[in-house]
Amino acid sequence: MLSLNHFLVLSGILFSIGTAGVFLRRNLITILLSIEIMLNAVNLTFVAVGRYLGTVDGQIITFFVMTVAAAEAAVGLALVISLFRHRETLSPDAFTTLRW
Amino acid sequence: MLLLIPLLPLVGFLINAFLGRRLPKVVSGGIACLVMVASFVVSLMSALTASRGVDHAIQQTVFSWITSGDFQIPFALRLDPLASVMILVVTGIGSLIHIYSTAYMHEETDSEYARYFSYLNLFAAFMLVLVLGANFPVMFVGWEGVGLCSYLLIGFWFRKKSAADAGKKAFVVNRIGDFGFLLGMLLLFATFSTLDFQEVASKVAMRAPEAGWGVLTIATLLLFLGATGKSAQIPLYVWLPDAMEGPTPVSALIHAATMVTAGVYMIGRNAVLFTHAPYTLAIVAGIGVATALMAGTIGLVQNDIKRVLAYSTVSQLGYMFLAMGVGAYAAGIFHLYTHAFFKALLFLGSGAVIHALAGEQDLRNMGGLKKGLPITYWTFVIGALAIAGIFPLSGFFSKDEILFRTFSSGRTVMWAIGLLTAFLTATYMFRLVFLAFHGERRHDAPPEHPEEEEPAAQAAAGDLHGAHAAAHSSPPAPRTPDPGHARAHVDHGHAAHLHDAPPAMAIVLIVLAIGSIAAGIVGIPHALGGSNEIEAFLAPSFEAHATAPANSEFQIAPPPGEFVALGRVEPHETADTGTELILMAVSLGVAVAGIGLAVYFWLPNRGASERVAQSAAPVYRLLLNKYHVDELYDAAIVQPIKQGSTLLLWKGADAALIDGAVNGVGAAVRGASGSLRRLQTGSIRAYAASLFLGVVLILGWYLMR
Repeated sequence: MLSLNHFLVLSGILFSIGTAGVFLRRNLITILLSIEIMLNAVNLTFVAVGRYLGTVDGQIITFFVMTVAAAEAAVGLALVISLFRHRETLSPDAFTTLRW
Repeated sequence: MLLLIPLLPLVGFLINAFLGRRLPKVVSGGIACLVMVASFVVSLMSALTASRGVDHAIQQTVFSWITSGDFQIPFALRLDPLASVMILVVTGIGSLIHIYSTAYMHEETDSEYARYFSYLNLFAAFMLVLVLGANFPVMFVGWEGVGLCSYLLIGFWFRKKSAADAGKKAFVVNRIGDFGFLLGMLLLFATFSTLDFQEVASKVAMRAPEAGWGVLTIATLLLFLGATGKSAQIPLYVWLPDAMEGPTPVSALIHAATMVTAGVYMIGRNAVLFTHAPYTLAIVAGIGVATALMAGTIGLVQNDIKRVLAYSTVSQLGYMFLAMGVGAYAAGIFHLYTHAFFKALLFLGSGAVIHALAGEQDLRNMGGLKKGLPITYWTFVIGALAIAGIFPLSGFFSKDEILFRTFSSGRTVMWAIGLLTAFLTATYMFRLVFLAFHGERRHDAPPEHPEEEEPAAQAAAGDLHGAHAAAHSSPPAPRTPDPGHARAHVDHGHAAHLHDAPPAMAIVLIVLAIGSIAAGIVGIPHALGGSNEIEAFLAPSFEAHATAPANSEFQIAPPPGEFVALGRVEPHETADTGTELILMAVSLGVAVAGIGLAVYFWLPNRGASERVAQSAAPVYRLLLNKYHVDELYDAAIVQPIKQGSTLLLWKGADAALIDGAVNGVGAAVRGASGSLRRLQTGSIRAYAASLFLGVVLILGWYLMR
């Protein structure tokens, strides 16, 4: 039988994968995808806990998160395209103009 | 009624100050003279009313000036016999000098002319406030106001640097004295919780005269410091000789006849207070006689006609303080009154000489003016006789009264010094007369330009006083003449042009000469069959009145005479008429001897004086350099303050501390942000890592708690 802990562990694994992707990958699109994974890990936690507590709050918040994630993906991809047009690369290390 | 007296000159000031630029000279000068004469008439009527009144005074509260809880200062004017004498001198002599000025200043432009008269009227207004004020703060308003006008008028020709400097010097030195006056006033308030002259006097009269260094002594000493500043006594006399940079009528009005007597007046006004502080009185007398002697010796060798008169003024003021110091208040005020006549006369006479010689002030370039300027000569001689103390003239009575009172109060040394000063006075006054008016003419041509005057005068001085000039490395540079006159006389062209005083000046000189002869009538002593009316007239002013104000906590005042009499000398009971007559004969003899000495040295054989000057060269130089007091003050006070200001206040406090703090804050912020901005790496992953780390830390902290 699946217990809450199973979902939380899975969620933790997914979040770690996402975090690792953000830190380790050198492609902006991959980084955005990793962020999506992190968000979905959080979504999973909300839904699981919501079911465990027998309320719908978790699902409602998940909808909000998904909406925001969709908007974020749209803006993020637009930015990535615009950056690519400037520099012909997608490495985040190429975009350090706003440093000291 | 009383308010009108200072208000009239104030109105004159306002008219000339705001409209004078557009008024022709006749109108602006006319208004100024008119308000002064009107003020004199009002003064005369007020004085008559007051002398007939109960307790010989009238008082008028104009408005309530300062009110703070129980503390009340009304703007009150009070006319008692002492104030009557003063306002008559101020408005009377003042009117004459205004009239004289209309001729003397005629060569100024219209706006300058109006500016001059506006200052002169403003001065008269403030002086009358000073004299009429019924409490210390009102007097202080006048006290500061006359200081301001003195500054403005000394620096009237402010384009000339020496005049502007002299004005500043007078103002700064006076400020030192005013500081003392203010402190004395506050101390009196702290002690008696009132600043009204009469209330202070009646409260002081309750006490016994102070034996040691008590609060009264300190308060009176502080007040006396103010008096030394205003009345040019040691140690604050140094501004007066320099004040001669102002126009000559100003020197006559402010720096001889009226303003400089304010200190004497102030002591007379607080006679009861000073009587209760015998230590202060002793100091006053000592300072007075020392100043008289010192200024007299300096006056003996000065070469600028106005400076000689300035030192003579300082010396005569010393006499007045001597009189105050020995408790002979009436005698001091009497001398103030006669001195106003003959000193104004002498200054105006010297003004006529300067006017005639196109601004020349150096005695060494004068001589032989007797023929050209007969009116000036004769009036000047009358003034000189009066100040020397020759028998029937006014100076004799007043000076003799002071010397007699000094002698009869037992201060024989001071009496002897006073006598010596009388001798010096006679000598230097007649030196002035002989050098300026007798002998051969040494003044050739009026200088075309003030700048060219210096070498010419140097050369002339070199001829005459070659020995001195050589002995003395830097002979005093001849004064550049009054710019107004030098400018105006360029047109006149040449040499032989000598004109006696114009009518407005001549009339004033004659009136003052009559005054110098006759002013002594009011004070003919008992010994000579007179009744010394002025002393009896003034007496109520120097006593505490039993009619203390109702709100006073000392309701039961003792008979006022008792305590007051302790400090007062009653000469007519202690000294007999014979002594007085002998003393008179002695001082008259001394004066004649002084004139005789002047005749010997400067009339037939001028060489003699030069030989004496040569044989006593160090003394001569010391006197010529005024005992080096200016240099001493410069080294002891001015330079330390300057150095302290530069090194400590400017470079230390201002530049290092304040600027350092301001700039230091900026530098610290810049340095701190310089290292902090390294955090802005621009790398997204670094930001993400710090964000992540932060979240982990915060979560960890919540979890571990």
